[in-house]
Amino acid sequence: MPNATIIALIPLLPLAGFVLLGLFGRKVFRNSSGILATVLLLASTVLALYTAYEYFFVYGKVDSIYQKFIPLQLTWLEFYKGLSIDMGIYIDPISVMMLVVVTFVSLMVHIYSLGYMKGEERFPVYYSFLGLFTFSMLGLVLASNIFQIYIFWELVGVSSFLLIGYYYDKPSAVAACKKAFIVTRFADLGFLIGILILSFCSGTLDFQTLIQRLTVPGSSEFNTAVSYSFMGVSAITWGAALVFVGGAGKSAMFPLHIWLPDAMEGPTPVSALIHAATMVVAGVFLVTRLFPVFAITTPNTLVIVGWVGAVSAIFAAIIACTQTDIKRVLAYSTMSQIGYMMFALGVSKYGGEAGLGFTASLFHLFTHAMFKALLFLAAGAVIHYVHSNEMKDMGGLRKQLPITHITFLIACLAIAGVPPFAGFFSKEEILLAAYQNNIAIYYIALITSGLTAFYMFRLYFNIFWSKPYESHGESHHGEGGFVMMLPLVLLAIGAAAAGFIPFGEYVSSDGTPLKSNFHLQFSIAPVVLGLTGIFTAMWLYRSQNDRPAKIAASLNGFYKAAYHKFYIDEVYVFITKKILFNLIGKPAAWFDRNVVDGAVNLTGATTQAISVGIKKIQSGKVQQYAIYFLAGVIVLAALFIYVWK
Amino acid sequence: MNLLLLLIVPLLTALAVLLSANGRQVKWLSFIGSLAQLALAFILLYTFEEERATGNTAQMLFEQRYPLFQSLNISLHFGVDGISVVMILLTAFVSIAGVLVSWNIEKMTKEFYFLLLLLGLGAYGFFISLDLFILFFFLEISVIPKYLLIGIWGTGRKEYSANKLALMLMGGSALILVGILGLYFVAGHSFDLTEIAKTTIPGNIQMIVFPLLFVGFGVFTALFPLHTWVPDGHSSAPTAGSMFLAGISMKLGGYGCLRVATYLLPEGAKEYANIIIALSAIAILYGAFATMMQKDLKYINAYSSVSHVGFSLLGIGMLTQTAITGALIQMVSHGLMTALFFAVIGMIYDRTHTRMVAEMGGLMKVMPFIATIFFIVGLCSLGLPGLSGFVAEMTVLVGSWQNNDVFHRVATIAAAMSIVVTAVYILRAIARTAMGPIKNAAFLQLKDAAWNEKLAAIILVAGILSIGIAPNWLNELLRPAAEIIMNRIAGK
Repeated sequence: MPNATIIALIPLLPLAGFVLLGLFGRKVFRNSSGILATVLLLASTVLALYTAYEYFFVYGKVDSIYQKFIPLQLTWLEFYKGLSIDMGIYIDPISVMMLVVVTFVSLMVHIYSLGYMKGEERFPVYYSFLGLFTFSMLGLVLASNIFQIYIFWELVGVSSFLLIGYYYDKPSAVAACKKAFIVTRFADLGFLIGILILSFCSGTLDFQTLIQRLTVPGSSEFNTAVSYSFMGVSAITWGAALVFVGGAGKSAMFPLHIWLPDAMEGPTPVSALIHAATMVVAGVFLVTRLFPVFAITTPNTLVIVGWVGAVSAIFAAIIACTQTDIKRVLAYSTMSQIGYMMFALGVSKYGGEAGLGFTASLFHLFTHAMFKALLFLAAGAVIHYVHSNEMKDMGGLRKQLPITHITFLIACLAIAGVPPFAGFFSKEEILLAAYQNNIAIYYIALITSGLTAFYMFRLYFNIFWSKPYESHGESHHGEGGFVMMLPLVLLAIGAAAAGFIPFGEYVSSDGTPLKSNFHLQFSIAPVVLGLTGIFTAMWLYRSQNDRPAKIAASLNGFYKAAYHKFYIDEVYVFITKKILFNLIGKPAAWFDRNVVDGAVNLTGATTQAISVGIKKIQSGKVQQYAIYFLAGVIVLAALFIYVWK
Repeated sequence: MNLLLLLIVPLLTALAVLLSANGRQVKWLSFIGSLAQLALAFILLYTFEEERATGNTAQMLFEQRYPLFQSLNISLHFGVDGISVVMILLTAFVSIAGVLVSWNIEKMTKEFYFLLLLLGLGAYGFFISLDLFILFFFLEISVIPKYLLIGIWGTGRKEYSANKLALMLMGGSALILVGILGLYFVAGHSFDLTEIAKTTIPGNIQMIVFPLLFVGFGVFTALFPLHTWVPDGHSSAPTAGSMFLAGISMKLGGYGCLRVATYLLPEGAKEYANIIIALSAIAILYGAFATMMQKDLKYINAYSSVSHVGFSLLGIGMLTQTAITGALIQMVSHGLMTALFFAVIGMIYDRTHTRMVAEMGGLMKVMPFIATIFFIVGLCSLGLPGLSGFVAEMTVLVGSWQNNDVFHRVATIAAAMSIVVTAVYILRAIARTAMGPIKNAAFLQLKDAAWNEKLAAIILVAGILSIGIAPNWLNELLRPAAEIIMNRIAGK
């Protein structure tokens, strides 16, 4: 059985770091904050690795199936008997794998930041936010209750907000953090309503119970979930689709992706941790958590998942080919790769061999975390050296930054799917799953993998080759010391070797081991495409020439559209500025000041006017009163005599 | 615990303040007095929990009854259930914070603190009263000081705002009085809440009396469209005045809507529930959108209060136990949060002498403590988990969703949509005030919070966190009381 205390400590240690540094960072831990946070996280990582070892190799497997455990569950808020938000620990292959990924990447980022963020004025604040993020992300992956996921989901959102806005006096960073929070909040609205629907149908918020009740055809809860419908679509489909909206927002899927490129305003190690390796894959994780429910819905929600993923994958890859800010290229690349994970889920089914896409998706999540974190951290080392994000300020850096160069190259090979690097294996599985289930998505994925290889090597050659590096006069400080190079090397080992892990043995849709079946002839197409992409990039960017400009010119309109990210941002600005503010907000405020409040003032004014009129009657002149009195008597007398006889 | 202590302590403090020699004495006396209130509130919570733990499931605990006017059957009848205990805690929290942030009041210090203490006294009395006449009496006690606080210590169009607030609240009171008298005559000449709850009031009478009471109390809690005293009142009130107004007074209304109107007149509540739901769903969204366009920090919080309080009324209108519990949690949460919000706005205004968002920027750099509190309260307002707003809103939404028909669903979704709009206006406000570059060079000289301000903020943040991190203690206090109300509505 899993040890609840040990597992609970994994998220609680970073939380302790957040609290300690948040409260006393300025005074007590002024100089030691980074070390303190890193040590705490190292402890977390060790515990996570221990848990993973114990689970996968000691107690996890019973009758050759990986079991699910809930070693801890505390009632957090009970709505009524049977429906409560619980804080629990849910142990299954996915959550254990995620524990390792999150703690490991976070540890790498913690170590790296010791060098990268050195000398920052708000150093303790930075580490406390990192702690908050790591805690929230771990709470999310361990969640046993759908509302628990939502809670930590919001918390990772706010940590992301705080870290993107870390340079709070920079207007672009402020705008970016606002945008990230609001766009994901909008998606979370869908998630929340999805939770309400699913919990209403199943009468529970607990994952295991919820899945159990909603996936047994014939059970009363299943019947409720299927029989209620809105606009011709059953409640369960609505629930799953709305939950997916939340996932798509967090995972920057088209068209909710607009916040991710801007999020690069945050410090680069943050981008590596949050906006590449961990938080942005939360959407994928969410779908895998509810996968049995997704798989049973009719009309099938997984079709939506698949197409959203595929469109995002190719859309982002095209944009990535045109961007010149190296972090933005990586951001679009992240979006594209998460698109891969999404459509892999979309083409998968639940259980057995048909669940290949499921395994492939998580496998890609795992390898992607390695090579994408590496890409960002290496890019950070480059930015650290040249003090710019723009490709035009780089070139020829392979001499100045040898370790960064090699590790970056490894990561590029991995993401391009060149064997035997990690990305090759996971991408291969995804393509195979797509090939077996949805041929259209397969071709999209194939083209995308060619584009991926192209834009990654465009980046690589532009940074490290192209032209000789010219220093701009500022004093230079080597490659960034041991603390920055160690994470690069460790992640490079991961990016090179992680593919050899027999992932399907450990993680599959229903817990039964999945043999990885490797087809040599199947791999030919993607590898050839990948190599074509690489050589094209080499031809164009290895040394300075006018070919890229010519090609861009020949693709005039399309190139421009891609360079401007297909104007999606402009559409959003139109919706928010014109519609939300001018069409709803302004009239509401005007209505309140003029109509509602006007009515109140009118009541006051009317009352006053009447009293002004009436008060003349009370003049204090006895003669006038006598006349009123007389008039009254005459009127009454007349009434009594003639009317009410 | 003897509930009279909750009246005696504030009363003695207020008298002592009147008799004290100088401003310094006034402040420290008020501080010690409100500290004693806070201690009392915690003792009440403790003894209440102890009593419940022994298995005492009576609806009201610590009941006391002293006949006052026997010919009219009016008596001082006091007692508390979970709801009252929670509201008393809220009052104590807001009171002490209000006393602390007013530390620098120079003008007529004695009178200012006397009125603050009187407001607190009115609230305590209101929350422990089980006799409607006495309850009404305490409600009125809390109106007059507000008029003076705004009229004398206010800023801007203070006379207009004070008049508007007092007149609208008086209008509400008039409706309440008629309603209470209606109940008195129908229920066999009794003002006693527990007595009236035992009688069955004819349906046609309920149809008339319920709207009187609900609208009457509704004015106090900014029931749409009778909310317009809120923005003006808050913007003119001194900081502590706003805190008391939004943190405590608006809760008197919500409490009355539930405890008096809904509980005593269940048939009326059922009949009018859909109107309440519609109005509060409108208030939630409309308030949020109106907030988006505000430029003054106090107006931002005032309009956002209209939106947040809408959640309380929505929960009541939904008539499920979970939703009503959520409505009550929202009252507490909003009370703490909005008091803190006004406190922070006051701190910023004291330093920058402006409340206009556009004139600020980069406050994080010069006053990190105040800016951090501003962040926390903003995040609470937009419903971040770990802070109280989330718990309240989620409970209301889950409770609302239990009503399985299109009308309720649409209203619930409309209410849920506010989480996005709230995020928009809160982040705009935070980004423009606390973040970004410093626009005004004079701001570089500003000082961060003083000890009294820090203490006030920490007390309120502690309250917000205690609900946000471990909400079940509050939930378990409120749920049984909500269940009793629901049982009467369900006719059990």
